[in-house]
Amino acid sequence: MDELLQILDEIHGGVDYENCTTLIDDGILDSFDIISIITEVSSAFDVQIPANEIVPDNFNSAAALWKLIERLEDE
Amino acid sequence: MSFVSFGFIAFLAALIVLYYIVPKRVQWMLLLAGSVFFYAFAGWKAMIFIAVTALSTWLAGLLIGRRAAARDAYLKEHGGELDRDAKKAYKARVKKQTYLIMALCLALNLGILAVIKYTDFGISILNGIFRLNLGYFRFALPMGISFYIFQSMGYIIDVYRGKYAPEKNPARFALFVSFFPQLLQGPISRFDELGKTLYGPHAFDWNNISKGAWRVLWGYFKKVIVADRLITVVTGLAGGPEKYKGVYVVALVFFYAIELYADFTGGIDITIGVAQMLGIEVAENFDRPFFSLNITEYWRRWHITMGTWFRDYIFYPLSVSPRMLKISKWSRDKLGQAIGKRVPVYLSTIIVWFVTGLWHGAAWNFIVWGLLNCLVIIVSQELAPLYQRFHKRFKFSNTKGYNVFQMFRTFWLMGFIRVLDVYRDVPVTFRQVGTVFTHWNWGRLFDGSLLKLGLGWQDFVVVLLACGVMLAVSIMQNKGQVRDRLIRRPAAIRAALFVLIVLLIMVFGAYGIGYDAGQFIYVQF
Amino acid sequence: MGTDTSVKNELNTGTDPGVKKPGKRVLKAVLIALAAVAVLALSLWLLQRLLVPKYISSSEEGLLVKEYYSYAGGNDVLFVGDCEVYSNFSTVKMWTEYGITSAMRGSPQQLIWHSYYMIEDTLRYETPKVVVYNVLSMKYGEPQKEAYNRLALDGMEWSPVKRQAIRASMMSDESMLSYVFPILRYHSRWSELKAEDVKYMFKTKQLSHNGYVMRVDVKPVPSRLPVAKPLKDDEIKFADVCWEYLDKMRTLCESKGIKLVLIKAPTVEPHWYDEWEAQIVEYADKYGLDYVNFLKEDVLTATGLDYSTDTFDAGQHMNLSGAEKLAVWFGAYLRDNAGLEDHRGDNDLAAKWQSKIDYYEEMKAAQYRQLEEKGTVDSYWGD
Repeated sequence: MDELLQILDEIHGGVDYENCTTLIDDGILDSFDIISIITEVSSAFDVQIPANEIVPDNFNSAAALWKLIERLEDE
Repeated sequence: MSFVSFGFIAFLAALIVLYYIVPKRVQWMLLLAGSVFFYAFAGWKAMIFIAVTALSTWLAGLLIGRRAAARDAYLKEHGGELDRDAKKAYKARVKKQTYLIMALCLALNLGILAVIKYTDFGISILNGIFRLNLGYFRFALPMGISFYIFQSMGYIIDVYRGKYAPEKNPARFALFVSFFPQLLQGPISRFDELGKTLYGPHAFDWNNISKGAWRVLWGYFKKVIVADRLITVVTGLAGGPEKYKGVYVVALVFFYAIELYADFTGGIDITIGVAQMLGIEVAENFDRPFFSLNITEYWRRWHITMGTWFRDYIFYPLSVSPRMLKISKWSRDKLGQAIGKRVPVYLSTIIVWFVTGLWHGAAWNFIVWGLLNCLVIIVSQELAPLYQRFHKRFKFSNTKGYNVFQMFRTFWLMGFIRVLDVYRDVPVTFRQVGTVFTHWNWGRLFDGSLLKLGLGWQDFVVVLLACGVMLAVSIMQNKGQVRDRLIRRPAAIRAALFVLIVLLIMVFGAYGIGYDAGQFIYVQF
Repeated sequence: MGTDTSVKNELNTGTDPGVKKPGKRVLKAVLIALAAVAVLALSLWLLQRLLVPKYISSSEEGLLVKEYYSYAGGNDVLFVGDCEVYSNFSTVKMWTEYGITSAMRGSPQQLIWHSYYMIEDTLRYETPKVVVYNVLSMKYGEPQKEAYNRLALDGMEWSPVKRQAIRASMMSDESMLSYVFPILRYHSRWSELKAEDVKYMFKTKQLSHNGYVMRVDVKPVPSRLPVAKPLKDDEIKFADVCWEYLDKMRTLCESKGIKLVLIKAPTVEPHWYDEWEAQIVEYADKYGLDYVNFLKEDVLTATGLDYSTDTFDAGQHMNLSGAEKLAVWFGAYLRDNAGLEDHRGDNDLAAKWQSKIDYYEEMKAAQYRQLEEKGTVDSYWGD
């Protein structure tokens, strides 16, 4: 999780990722950010996030994203 | 059948009355019949194309759904017996099968689109490169083909991804593909969203009728009074590039921006309003785009359903595909972190904008238009840190005045890129835009030259006043829907206002003999 | 949003909604809706009255077709055709000379189908003894300009005949609806409204004398006329549709016991070609119709027409002097060939015609006055 938070902060700084749950809904992350996140995550955690998982529910908070990574690692 | 015709209004009135009389379970069938009628009006021969798309996509969806259901059933029954790897292998096998079905469906439909829309463009390129003199096919574009094919392709990809179950009833699916209010110019709907309300049942609800009617009226106001009037000036200015240089180009950029906005958003207002009168919710396609502070925001607010379509079905899959990740890794190793991490995003962006341009039309001007948008987006992405520092340093950047400046900048930047659509010729467009800086004739704005373009000063006054109303309504929308506030006013006042707007449209609308350019600009795309 | 709250919103007009009974609220909503429809209809009607052309200071001929209904009834002769009819024969002179009652239904570039339906329309009011059709419009097999359809059709009163006439005349970009609601056609006149559009919203001026349009000024035919261009191949034969309507006209007259007389007025422009003449002569012979070509030397001499004094626009239309000469000759012709009676002994008719004569003299005097003051006739009414 810490590693994820670090990735997020590098890509788009100045956001309270631990508490924010509206990263997509409030337009904090744009599609460029999302792609960068996915690229970083896939090299850091060895998971593939397919396009159909790119939905607001999975990216609205760092916790949700972490859950997604765990689920994908499991599959 | 154009929205701006008495035939359409009569068709709509009859349909709405019938819709609320027939038993509720057949309401959607009536809509399908109405859509077929609407389509047949534009030429029944073209119906074969939309029928092929509807049928093939429905069938592919059904097959994919069956495979997925069989897989789930199998796993449920035998899941316990298989180990993780075997399960994975089984799933992958099914995925391959469903992928194949989807790919065939996409190939067929995009093939149809490619042949009909892009053959002549391909021939012209071949002719150009090899100095050939091949003949053109000049296929007539079936109405709304780019819209309904994209809508269907979104559906089949969603079904493949398991986002929702496929529609089993071909007639119900045909209604999704051919729903008449959005045939002419979108929006590009998603099955899971439109499907919620498309099939009813819908009880008569005065609130829907009244709000829908207001929206339709507002659409006609924009389209008939502003857009159809400005067509004369826009085609005049664009038609004589030799004659109209310098400030005329600036005027063209301005008038075309207003015309396209009024035409396209007006048409969408009619679409959404008509659907609302039928109790159906169609996705919004615009969010006051001229208030955007930058181009990225503009593209989130203009033609929204097209933007999200390209994002969800091309940009995301492309940029997170294993191949792209490989490219990313390679470029990071070879080119360093800073450049390497940009490669997948920018590469995908370029491809998406190339395709977006091509989708708008089979011509170089649209491709260049797409790539110019892309260029501006990438440049502003690169300049973002610089801007941030600038904004931190100078506090005025949060003021209203600065925001207005940003809107102004975005409006003109987008406008100058957009004139590619009206000149329809890349070198001419660049030359013309160049004359803005070389050909100083700003006096033309004030010496009456603009009145020689087919519109009298009275017409410009009407356009100006109507734009004032449009602007005022847009500003009022900061506090939510204007109609919601309207509905709290006494019924008599609302009725009077409605009557007044109908009269304004009837008198000041640019329709009938002398104004025959009433077709929607977006239909041909 | 639920239906209940919305209905409440809908009808909440400021007073306490809880007090009112639902029935009353619905009634009020229905009343408001009805009132709105009524206001809309009334406003559209008023706007339409405001926006339609008044034909007072330009295209005055637009008044002609409507004017017929004020002099319909009791006419022995009906002229149909284009300006070669309504400019060239003085109806008043035919009365004062011979006691012949005649009416005209002509409008600018009136095509043969217009003329045919005008006869049908006329038959709804009266059955003349003679119908006179000027054959120039045989040369037009299709409508030339939307505006002429409007001049011919807008003034006609509504009946199935008008509907058929519109259907037969419409150009591809016209719609029936715009004839039913002319505001759809004329709404863009809002930017050119003048004082006369308000002044003549509910009234009009009388232009014609039973369809005849008077001009007193003179512009002689030039001594050397331009040579007429030879006909193109597709212009030689009259179009099938024209023959069809001429047949319909003939059989309609036959069935009503009306004598059909074909004429070609003595205008030198536009040119009347020999090829055309031959076709008309052949047709008239075939069906035993009278055909009078005023351009022929003997007829022309007999009428006493003088091209140096009797036209106001170099030979396209006759002026008052020419129209009276033609009326004198043609009146005698009709009396002798169609056996028309002299009605001057009929006191009621004579009184009615006396007021027409008065108006005729009044307009004549006004035009002469203007001619003297300004040197030209700018206005039929001399104002």
